Amino acid sequence: MAFEALTDKFSSIIKRLKGETYLTEKNMEEMLKSIRLALLDADVNYKVVKEFVNNVKNKALGQEVYKKVNPSQMITKIVHDELVTLLGSTDSEIKYPTTRPIIVMLVGLQGTGKTTTAGKLAKYFQEKLHKKTILAACDIYRPAAIDQLEQISKQVNATFFSLGKENPVTIAKKAKELAFNEHYDALILDTAGRLQIDEQLMDELKNIKAEVSPDEILLLVDAASGQDAINVALAFNEKLGLSGCIMSKLDGDARGGASLSIRHLTNVPIKFIGIGEKLIDLDAFHPDRMADRILGMGDVVSLVEKVKDQIDEKEMEKESKKMLSGSFTLDDMLHQMKQVKRLGSLSGILKLIPGMPKITDEQKEKAEQEMKNFEVIINSMTKEEREHPEILKNSRKIRIAKGSGKTSYDINRVLKKYEQMKEVTKRMKDYRKNGGRGLPPGMNFPGAF
Amino acid sequence: MGLFSFLKEKFLHKEKKADTILTYDKGLNKAKKAFTDKINKLTPDDSIPNNYFERLEEILIEADVGINLTTNIINNLAKTIKEEKIRSLSAANEALVSEMFKDYMKEENIVNDISFNETPTVLLVVGVNGVGKTTSIAKLANRYLKMNKKVMLAAADTFRAGAIEQLKAWGERLKIEVITGAVNSDPASVAYVAAKKAKEQNVDLLIVDTAGRLQTKVNLMNELSKIARVIKKEIPNAPHETFLILDATTGQNGVIQAKAFNEATKITGAVITKMDGTSKGGILLAIRHDLNIPVRFIGLGETLDDLKEFDINLYLHGLCVEE
Repeated sequence: MAFEALTDKFSSIIKRLKGETYLTEKNMEEMLKSIRLALLDADVNYKVVKEFVNNVKNKALGQEVYKKVNPSQMITKIVHDELVTLLGSTDSEIKYPTTRPIIVMLVGLQGTGKTTTAGKLAKYFQEKLHKKTILAACDIYRPAAIDQLEQISKQVNATFFSLGKENPVTIAKKAKELAFNEHYDALILDTAGRLQIDEQLMDELKNIKAEVSPDEILLLVDAASGQDAINVALAFNEKLGLSGCIMSKLDGDARGGASLSIRHLTNVPIKFIGIGEKLIDLDAFHPDRMADRILGMGDVVSLVEKVKDQIDEKEMEKESKKMLSGSFTLDDMLHQMKQVKRLGSLSGILKLIPGMPKITDEQKEKAEQEMKNFEVIINSMTKEEREHPEILKNSRKIRIAKGSGKTSYDINRVLKKYEQMKEVTKRMKDYRKNGGRGLPPGMNFPGAF
Repeated sequence: MGLFSFLKEKFLHKEKKADTILTYDKGLNKAKKAFTDKINKLTPDDSIPNNYFERLEEILIEADVGINLTTNIINNLAKTIKEEKIRSLSAANEALVSEMFKDYMKEENIVNDISFNETPTVLLVVGVNGVGKTTSIAKLANRYLKMNKKVMLAAADTFRAGAIEQLKAWGERLKIEVITGAVNSDPASVAYVAAKKAKEQNVDLLIVDTAGRLQTKVNLMNELSKIARVIKKEIPNAPHETFLILDATTGQNGVIQAKAFNEATKITGAVITKMDGTSKGGILLAIRHDLNIPVRFIGLGETLDDLKEFDINLYLHGLCVEE
């Protein structure tokens, strides 16, 4: 999909930050530079990029509270929020009048896909919404444009309307009359492509608008558009008052950065996206989904929020101090496991983590069951046993097994896990002694499975 | 002689091509005005302003030159300004144009027009959807008809509704033969038949129109390679030229497009269309920089005569220096 390349970039930026516990001015600078490059490479407008990067920077530096989650997650959340803001925070759907046909007018530069999109919209109206639709050919300039629309009309079973090379304003007017008199549900006007600086042709559009008062005037924008797309959108909007944009050709690898700029600088919402050459390839546009797709990181945001709500920072600190002092007991291990458990069911968390290998329900259940077993077993131990697990010999194990209703095999598993976590503690101690911060590279959150 | 004086020299001797310059100026006027205004606004006197490089970056990026090449140009320019102790804005701008000129030319000799070393000469025209392939073909046909060449067209876009009709309409207007196949028939077979006929009829130039395709569609890109292969069966050295048509409004995806098409069928030149709009078409510099593909022609309007030979001097000066 179109945004994948941008997504890849963000992922690699974020990956670079992983393993760093705190945001510093230095790693922040590098991060912002990479974000800037990625956005410029995606053809997001220069000024919008500048503003975007500044916003991210200010938000990130102003939010020390986030120290508890790692910086990559924090940046992801900030970038995501900013992207949603940029793309417009609400979905923009087309409103259909109930008592008369809806009139949709498609406008744009040459070659942005107006005629093809007219066909796609007609198909969407007819098949999804069961609206009887007319396609009217108001492009009298491009050779064979009328033929193209006629063929497309046939393919989507819409009524085709043309008056040859008659004045486009007249064509629009007559098409509207037909739509009203014959009780159609929708009329789509396909207009000729034109430059926004061609005053004569821009006036023609204005006249069509005055004649038929369309409910929707939609600007077609090519996903591969460069920096000038914003000027085009501004000019069309000023002249016609656009109700929305359709971004075409998003099925290629063009990154569609213009969508970000246009929404932000003109306030005109993106309503549909074209995702293929076939006539069914039209999708409604959802800003939040698009932002998620740009980040390509599953629902990271809610994970960050969950972590933020539920991990008790003070307790975490006490925990890690204890671990580093070397007095790590079975109680501590249980406590830590409970902290993780508080985040919600394990399966719920796994789902939120992007790039997590798909885990079967069976595996998830097994992991959660194991945690429960550990808790029962540890609860059956005496205080002394929990603080000094090394005293656990065979007879004590048999007693604990009986008390918890488990086998001594299960108890050995608990002890094995304990040894593993103790080893982690030791390695972390060495790492910190040598000046490292946070967890040693490649090491997981202790206590998580 | 410094490079810039060399450029100036070249300009002074351009008078015989006044026709080209006029259309260029007309078409590029809007684009270059915005650009030059910006540069001139940098400073009231002729000193290099403090924010020169910052503004330059903005201007180049907004012209779609792309961040990589922009950074490259600016770094080299900064070096030159330092080494040659340049103090005035006009001299800095001249150095800028020289830098971009050198980067584009790569010390090569670029011939824009098709050279008719063999009859028939075959030109394959490719590009993504909506860039103006068919219109550019009509303009190219018109150009070579005026040079008294016998031209034939092949409608190998059998996919897009109305595409065959569109090319036929141009054929009628230009009074030249258009070889067509049925809608949705194999485009390679249309190309094959056309190559055969072009040979039989001693056509000088056969221009093959292909369907617009996004470079990510593997099957369609393979289809292009197949078209080129099939033409070779009839005319072994064909296609002699393969032009990539690029829309001037295209952003950074243009480089990716050029790369993919170049891999599917070796591109010998680009035609930049819609340069009469407000887009600056800076991506052509990045494409040349990254892939060595030169721009051969430039489309400056909708009439048949609005196709001109590309001239990097005019382009850069229109964009950066002259008013």
